Amino acid sequence: MLRLFAKTLKTGVVTERFKKPQDSELEQLGIKIKRRINKYFKGSLAIRAVDVGSCNGCELEIHALNNPFYDVERFGIHFVASPRHADVLLVTGPVSRHMQTALLRTYAATPDPKWVVAVGDCAVCGGEFGINYASCGAVENVIPVDVVIPGCPPTPETLIKGLLGLMK
Amino acid sequence: MSNDVSNWQQKFLTQLQSMTVPVEVSGLPNMARWQISADYWQAFAEQAVQQSLRWVAGWAEQQDSQFFINAVFEKQGQYLLLRTTVPADKAELPSQAGVYPAANRSERHTQDMFGVQFSGHPDNRRWLRHKAWKKHEYPLRKEFAIDNECAEVAEPDLDYQFVKARGSGVYEIPVGPVHAGIIEPGHFRFQAVGETILNLEERFGYVHKGIEKTAEDKTPEQLLRLAGRVSGDSTVAHSWAACQAMEQAAGVTIPLRAAFLRGILLERERIANHLGDIGAICNDVGFAFAQMQFSRLRELWLRSHGKIFGHRLLMDCIVPGGVRFTLNEAVCESMQQEIVKLRKELDEILPALDLNSSLEDRLYTAGYLSEKTAAAFGAVGFVGRASGQDFDVRRDSPCAPYDQISFLVALEHQGDVASRLWIRVKESFSALKLLRRMLTQLPEGEEKGIWKTPPEHSEGVGIIEGWRGEIFTYVRFAKANKIARFYPRDPSVLNWPVLEKIVLNNIVPDFPVCNKSVNGSYSGHDL
Repeated sequence: MLRLFAKTLKTGVVTERFKKPQDSELEQLGIKIKRRINKYFKGSLAIRAVDVGSCNGCELEIHALNNPFYDVERFGIHFVASPRHADVLLVTGPVSRHMQTALLRTYAATPDPKWVVAVGDCAVCGGEFGINYASCGAVENVIPVDVVIPGCPPTPETLIKGLLGLMK
Repeated sequence: MSNDVSNWQQKFLTQLQSMTVPVEVSGLPNMARWQISADYWQAFAEQAVQQSLRWVAGWAEQQDSQFFINAVFEKQGQYLLLRTTVPADKAELPSQAGVYPAANRSERHTQDMFGVQFSGHPDNRRWLRHKAWKKHEYPLRKEFAIDNECAEVAEPDLDYQFVKARGSGVYEIPVGPVHAGIIEPGHFRFQAVGETILNLEERFGYVHKGIEKTAEDKTPEQLLRLAGRVSGDSTVAHSWAACQAMEQAAGVTIPLRAAFLRGILLERERIANHLGDIGAICNDVGFAFAQMQFSRLRELWLRSHGKIFGHRLLMDCIVPGGVRFTLNEAVCESMQQEIVKLRKELDEILPALDLNSSLEDRLYTAGYLSEKTAAAFGAVGFVGRASGQDFDVRRDSPCAPYDQISFLVALEHQGDVASRLWIRVKESFSALKLLRRMLTQLPEGEEKGIWKTPPEHSEGVGIIEGWRGEIFTYVRFAKANKIARFYPRDPSVLNWPVLEKIVLNNIVPDFPVCNKSVNGSYSGHDL
């Protein structure tokens, strides 16, 4: 136990500071925000991550948001286990046709008001896979999208800026 | 060693001939290719299993009005490609799945994608196909267009016949495809009594996005972008395997420096993933200290990827004939220092894990996989090696740079979650050592060789030990530098079925940690 505390103390706080991004900065990152979140949600955002066909690269970077460097919980952003608890669906991957109904149902299960964030090139425009017999391509081909965060995969920094931009 | 190796193939061949099985022998540069008649497909498997050959991969390919059916076996690091031909209008052959459980889903994959019937298959329910395309349509047949007409909303797959368990107190838990965590989609169907798992059945195919079909007609550069996205966490391993296959088909030898640089990428990818997994396994039993420390170390490691190679996950760093970047001495030196630093941190953190009794209580004996089951299912990578399967492509069938650097392959016999955790630790240590030696021995020279357009019909295979285990990739070229067939076999294909056995008699709440200890890729499996 002593070793554990010693290491924790020695490591200290590595969490980095993030400023609310300016519109020009978001534009530079290619992040498009169509709607801002209702002011009542700005201090607390419950996110349900939905992978509908990603290669799992985007998941790795979304995971990184919870590491001690980014620690998104301090902004009131937390990941929840059910769409019924969520304000935001964070959708990754081109929508595989086998996940199409699951995505529609997840969207329907999310209570209003709700927002959809398409994360990664595949979710934004279909990416490497595009539209084919097994893939519907971009998320907006299946459900309405409010924010797009491109990148293959987007870095955790881009993801945070996109989410903070939405909450501004 | 080499005598022993050629011996088993020679003996096996003699035995087959004594059984009057006609075998047409030819070869690819790094493996024998035996062509047999479809009638003997199953008989071959029966002999192969007696000779303790491991089943590696299976796939089909259409050429005009016939299908090539392929299966690859391995023993002592020597691979064998078995092939047969069946006519497209009567595509039927005996199944190998009754003999090799590992061939089960692979044959169902071929059945769904090509319409090939495997007679005597123990379980011929559809596998990859849900309802997005019709029953008698086969996406990998040539007449099937990639933009085949689809329903506006694909029908959900509701009538798949799961195995049922009946009896008083038995209940069923359906999980997925949308899971509670930040993970890929798949469906798990549990039968449980109280908290104990009686049976688990996996149902996959949710992330099938047509990778094999999309690959057709791509150029080598385009194929690499796709191969790098078969499974995002194994982007280096899959790119290298695809590249190796294409280079073999084209007869291109890469410069030694390029091989070393690829090795550096591969070992860095291995360490990044192992760091993430060690933390995540501990997190699944509520030990947040390890999760925070290891996710911090992983983040630092990924940041150097971004700085040195221009991509945090190392995507698109490998190109046909070599690599896309160079390393100067200053960068090599900084990487050496980074290795020393990481090693020091691990030496501080790991004793805290080792001495933690609550962690021990949850991980030891949980999710046991016996050596016998691991061998029967042909488990690879750390899952196999934690259950006594002593195989590593880097040692047993090495390509450059691994043929120039000897190293110890970690092996455990305990087969539980703890074993699969600690083998990741050992593999990270050996990867760090390998990395140091590759950086020290990095030869001078070119980073990229010259690409040659491969002749039509030329084929090649790539075999790479990714962080999850052995990746086997097959490529055939069409005319004009275009791809005719691409089949990447992710290690998850072999390890997913093992998870169904691992969780038996464990409690339902331990499923997440058992699952994480295997950490299969859904995307790499579904293609």
